[in-house]
Amino acid sequence: MSIAIAVGLLTAAAVYLFMQRGMVRIVLGFILASHAANLMFFAAGNPAYRAVPYIDGAPFEEQADPLPQAFVLTAIVIAFAITMYMVTLAITTTTDDDTENDEESPAKVLYGERR
Amino acid sequence: MNLAEILPPLLPLLVGMPLLLGAAGAAVRKNKLARHIISMGTLSAIFVFSILLVIATRDGTVLAHRVGGWTPVDVGSEGETFEIAIPFVVDALSALVLMIISILGIASVMFAMATHEARARFFHPFVLVLMAGVAGALMTGDIFNLFVFIEVMLLPSYGLIAMMGAKLGAHGARIYVSVNLMASTLLLVGIALVYATAGTVNLAELHGAALEDPAVAIAGGVVLTAISIKAAVVPVHGWLTRTYPMTSPAVTALFSGIHTKVAIYAIYRIYSLLFDGDERFLWVALLVTSATMLIGVLGAIGEKTTRSILVFHMISQIGYILIGVGLFTTLGLTAAIFYLLHHMIVKASLFLSTGAIEETYGTGEIEKLGGMLKREPLIAITFMAAALSLAGLPPFSGFVAKFSIIQATLEETHYWVAAVAVIVSVFTLLSMLKIWTGVFMGEEPKDLQERALTYQERMHGKRYLRVEAQAETPTLTVGPPTSTTMAVLSGEQAVKVPAKLIIPGALLAAVTIFFGLGAEVLMSLSATAAEGLLNPEFYVEAVSGA
Repeated sequence: MSIAIAVGLLTAAAVYLFMQRGMVRIVLGFILASHAANLMFFAAGNPAYRAVPYIDGAPFEEQADPLPQAFVLTAIVIAFAITMYMVTLAITTTTDDDTENDEESPAKVLYGERR
Repeated sequence: MNLAEILPPLLPLLVGMPLLLGAAGAAVRKNKLARHIISMGTLSAIFVFSILLVIATRDGTVLAHRVGGWTPVDVGSEGETFEIAIPFVVDALSALVLMIISILGIASVMFAMATHEARARFFHPFVLVLMAGVAGALMTGDIFNLFVFIEVMLLPSYGLIAMMGAKLGAHGARIYVSVNLMASTLLLVGIALVYATAGTVNLAELHGAALEDPAVAIAGGVVLTAISIKAAVVPVHGWLTRTYPMTSPAVTALFSGIHTKVAIYAIYRIYSLLFDGDERFLWVALLVTSATMLIGVLGAIGEKTTRSILVFHMISQIGYILIGVGLFTTLGLTAAIFYLLHHMIVKASLFLSTGAIEETYGTGEIEKLGGMLKREPLIAITFMAAALSLAGLPPFSGFVAKFSIIQATLEETHYWVAAVAVIVSVFTLLSMLKIWTGVFMGEEPKDLQERALTYQERMHGKRYLRVEAQAETPTLTVGPPTSTTMAVLSGEQAVKVPAKLIIPGALLAAVTIFFGLGAEVLMSLSATAAEGLLNPEFYVEAVSGA
């Protein structure tokens, strides 16, 4: 249950941040969203088993499911890479990270500003 | 020599080879030629490999290989086993999609080489990593691994879309990354739910799981929703129409056949295996696809530049392709798979032929172009062939595709879907005519030549010799002569699309004519692929017997 509450809170905060102005806040939202997804993987592996899944550690019956742990480890790295890229996008494109642009149709951006 | 026995252990090469050579390409610092050769060589090798795969799977054979050779473990009760390896599985559908994508890859990279984009140090490595991701996503038989390969496919795309769109600001890149990360996170959540409810992420072991347990069906629904965002079906299509026109034409053409189409492939695969073609939810798919067809084409009519019209068309065509999943009959799936293969080729051809005009004349705005039929007859022919194919006229492959789709909907007595499909065709033709009349017919705008020269100068620096068109004594800016400037100097006073920009699009247009005339072959291959989706037992057997 505590994982469900944590996932719910993280998701709510993430959705709130997605709707905010500014690229950095959106990036923060994504960090929270990927935390929520990772916690869900731990929940999927049945968190009732809490021992470290390591050979010669705890008795086999008490060990946690290692597969979701591997999934999470993979997902963390991927989310980290994309987050880095998004942070770079936030500082390289314009003078600030504002996302509230005027109506920007592709035609306008592509051909409007250039002349 | 039995291909079905030789090929399976080689399947990981399809991922490993482009990854390794992509890294090699990134390591080559100064030698552009070496990078071109590595890239084209790898793409051709993937093409040849995929043809072998099509040959090996043409009779319904499913090739499977457990990566790492891990054999299933015995769970102890009544000889039940549990798969632990990631399976790579190739059936007719994945082989066909891979073949078409490799053709597209070759054409788009040829185009990028002609526009000099491919000279950028990381262009070729990005494309190769992209292809590795595509091959992995098409072959994998494990949903978590599917997620990983989709990310492998997306990360280099983020690079490509921003790198080539840098001159436009990164408006497109921001939206593209945000929406795709959002969809990926949702996909991840869906996979976690599938694992929690079904206890495995192996597609073969998940066979029919959603039929038995509504909890798995909901988890599967989350997965399908996430993939639908990536496929840009109608309630969630806005991101695609805002980002694809925001990069260079070569990159748009490359993406047009890859990301959304891999997502469509995944929808088909997951619905076939996890849901076992469950008929209870088909109406949802039909509703969504009809809306996609209609709204996509209406958006296309309202747009003003060639590329944004074509991007909206992509949405509309995604609706057509997904009808197959809404019907889930032999004819419906066959038609939809044929449509998928046909559409990938045609769309890329259109992006490349209009892209050639954009790259030469510096604009894709319909208002600012005109009279291209006289000036660029070859491009006009290429565009015409692909546009008529897209609208579905007889000599081309689009006719066969649309005809069989409509036949399949009528067979299932979904008359309103058939009606939408026919009406949308009319609108498709209408907006293709809008491009045709605006860009190819009519009078040539007076400032066309001048704009083209200005654009060439800005894009390629001051390396162009320039003749002031109206001046009495031509003023020259010194630099190495190019075909453009030579044409100007020799008094032709005409900027022309160079042949190297025309060829890739024309090549793909020829393929669509070939598919239209020789539809029989591709149709029977599509039928085999459809059988594979309708009877996933063969897929499951192949994985357990690998």
